[in-house]
Amino acid sequence: MRFIFKTKYSQDINIAKHNGDRFWYSLLILIMVALPLVLDDFYLGEISYICILSIAGIGLMILSGYTGLASLGHAAFLGVGAYTHAFLLTNGIPFYASIPIVIIVSFLVGAAIGIPILRLTGMYLAIATLALGFIAEHVFIKWEHFTGGNRGLPVPQPEFLGMSFYDSVFFYYVCLVFLIAAMFAAINILRSPTGRAFVAIRDSEIAAQSLGVNLGLYKALSFAISGAFTGLAGALLAHYIGYLAPDIFNIFLSLTLLLLIVVGGMGSLHGTVFGAIFVGFLPQLIAICRDYLPSSIGSQPGLEPMLFGLILVFFILYEPLGIYGRWMKIKLFFELFPTYKRQTFKKQKVFTKSDRV
Amino acid sequence: MQLIQLIIDGVASGCIYGLVALGFVLIYKATETINFAQGDILMLGAFVAYSLIGIIGVDYLTGFALTVLIIAVFGFFLDAVVVRQIIGQPAFATVMLTIGLGFIFRGFASIYWGTDIFSFSTPFSGKITEFNGLIISYVNLSIIVGTAVLMSALYFFFTFSKIGVAMRASSENQLAAYYMGIPVKFIFSLIWSISAGVAAVAGVLLAPITLVDTSISLIGLKAFAAAVLGGFGSIPGAIVGGIIIGIVEQLCGTYENYLFEGVREISAYLVLILTLIIYPRGLFSDKAEVKKV
Repeated sequence: MRFIFKTKYSQDINIAKHNGDRFWYSLLILIMVALPLVLDDFYLGEISYICILSIAGIGLMILSGYTGLASLGHAAFLGVGAYTHAFLLTNGIPFYASIPIVIIVSFLVGAAIGIPILRLTGMYLAIATLALGFIAEHVFIKWEHFTGGNRGLPVPQPEFLGMSFYDSVFFYYVCLVFLIAAMFAAINILRSPTGRAFVAIRDSEIAAQSLGVNLGLYKALSFAISGAFTGLAGALLAHYIGYLAPDIFNIFLSLTLLLLIVVGGMGSLHGTVFGAIFVGFLPQLIAICRDYLPSSIGSQPGLEPMLFGLILVFFILYEPLGIYGRWMKIKLFFELFPTYKRQTFKKQKVFTKSDRV
Repeated sequence: MQLIQLIIDGVASGCIYGLVALGFVLIYKATETINFAQGDILMLGAFVAYSLIGIIGVDYLTGFALTVLIIAVFGFFLDAVVVRQIIGQPAFATVMLTIGLGFIFRGFASIYWGTDIFSFSTPFSGKITEFNGLIISYVNLSIIVGTAVLMSALYFFFTFSKIGVAMRASSENQLAAYYMGIPVKFIFSLIWSISAGVAAVAGVLLAPITLVDTSISLIGLKAFAAAVLGGFGSIPGAIVGGIIIGIVEQLCGTYENYLFEGVREISAYLVLILTLIIYPRGLFSDKAEVKKV
C-alpha cells in the first residue's frame, strides 16, 4: 500500500497525487495520441464518439454526480449546442469562433433554465427536467427558421487549421483535445471552492447552507456549467452526425447519458470515461447478444430498451458505484492483500429518508 | 356549446391522467418514492387485457377484473422483490431504478406482444348518446363512470377498512406504525399493488381510445403534470389535477391557431413547469411539502 507523505497543504489539491499517477496518465495520453497509427477509420470514429459522450458525461456528472441534482432532460443541452453550432457555421462563422459562442450560449441556457426550477429538490427537479426535455425537443421541431424543423439541418464541415472534418484522423484529434481540455477544466472546477461547494450541497444541503454556501447560486451555477460542457459535446456531436434532426435529441438520449454516469460510477470523473466506453460499445454488445439468442427473440426491436433497463436496474441494485467503484474495489484488494475485507464496501443498512418538513 | 363538448372530452381524458397520477400519489405518500414506471404498468395492463379479451375471448367485465387482479399481484411483487431493496438510498437511485424498470416492461411488451397496434372489442365501442345536442361517446362515459366508481371505492377503503386505515397510518409515520404492530413492509407492497391496479384500470379504460401499443406508456409522463398540479400528496388533488390537464389539452388543441403551433402536445408539460415555478405546493396540498431554497 502506498502512503503519501504530505509536506505542504497544497498537496491536498494536487491534480496528480504521486509520480505513479503522472506516469500512467502521461502514458495513457501518449497511447491515445498514437492510436491513429494502428486503428482504421471505423474504430477511430467510434473512439471519437466515445470522447464526445465522455464530454457530455462530464457535464451531467458535475450536475448529478457532484451536485446531486438529477436531470432527465440533458439531451436538450446537447441539442442546444448542436443546433447553435450548425446555425453559426451555416452563417459563415469559423469553427474556432463558433465553439466559444456555443459554450457561452449553453452556459446561459443552463443558467436561464436553472434559476427558476432549482427551488425544487429531488424528484420534483427530476420531473421538471423531464418536462423541459420534452419541451426542448418540441422547440427543435417547431422553430424551423433556426433548426430546419423535421426536414433537418445539414452541418457544414468547414476547414479548420487547413484540415477537413471529413478526415477521421483529424476529427479524432479534435475530439481528443477537447476531451482532455474538458477533463482538465472539470478537475480544476471540482478542486476549487466552487466544486467543494457542489459536493457539500450534494452531501447535505443544510450543512452546506450553514457553512455559508449560497444554495440557489451554486445550484444554478452547477446547472450552467453542466450545460456548457454538454453544449460543447453537442457541437462536436453535430460534426459527428453530419445532419441534425430533432428526434435525435429525445428522452432516450437523456436517459442514455444517465445510464452513462450510473454505469461509469456516480461522483467520479473516471466514471464518465468508463461509462462512455460502455455506452459507446453497447450497440455492438447488443448486436453480439442478438447473434447468440434464438432468432425469434434476437430480431426483436424491443431487445435494446430491455437490455438498457436491465443493465440500469442491475447497476443501481448491485453496484451503485459503477465500473469505477468496482475498479477501486479490485485495486484495494491487491493493495491490502491478503487482508482485504468484503465488509469495507458493504452497503449500510439505512432507513427511509424523509423530505417532508 | 362547442366549449361544453370540449370540456366533456377533456374530462374523459383527464380522468385517465388522474388515475395514473393517483398511482404516483399513493406510492409517494407512503414511501416517498416516485414510480416512473407507472405509465409502463398502465401499458402492461392494456396488453394483458388485450390478451385476455382480444385473444382468449373472455368477456369484457371478467377480463377487466382479471387484468386488474394480475397487474395488482404483479405490483405487489415488484415492490417486495425489487423496489424495497433501495429504501433509504438517495432519490436519484429510485428515479433511475423505476426508469430502468419501465424500459424493461416496454421491451418485454414489444418482444412478447410485438410492436403492432392492437385493439379489442368493448361493449362501448362506437356507441354514442346525444344529450341536448352534446355528443357523448360511451367510451368517454365509461371512463368517467369508471373513475368515479373507483374513487368512491378507494375512499371507502381508506376510510372504513382496517387495512386502509393501516395504510394511512404507515404513510403518516412509519415508525409509529411499526410500534402499533402494523406490518409496514407488507402494507407498502399492498400500496404498490393498489397503485398498479389503478394503473391497470386506466389502461383498460383507455384501450378503446388510443388502441394498444407500447407508446401509451407516455401517458405516465403527462400524468406527472396532473400529480404535481394536484399537490403530489393528495388523492382528490390527483384526480382534479388530471381533469384540469385534460381540459387544458383539449382547449389548447382546438384554439391552437390563437396560441402557437403544436401547443397541444406540450401543454401538459407547460402546465407542469408553470406550476412548479409559480406554486410548487400544488392546489390541494395540505402542508408545504416542497422545500424551498
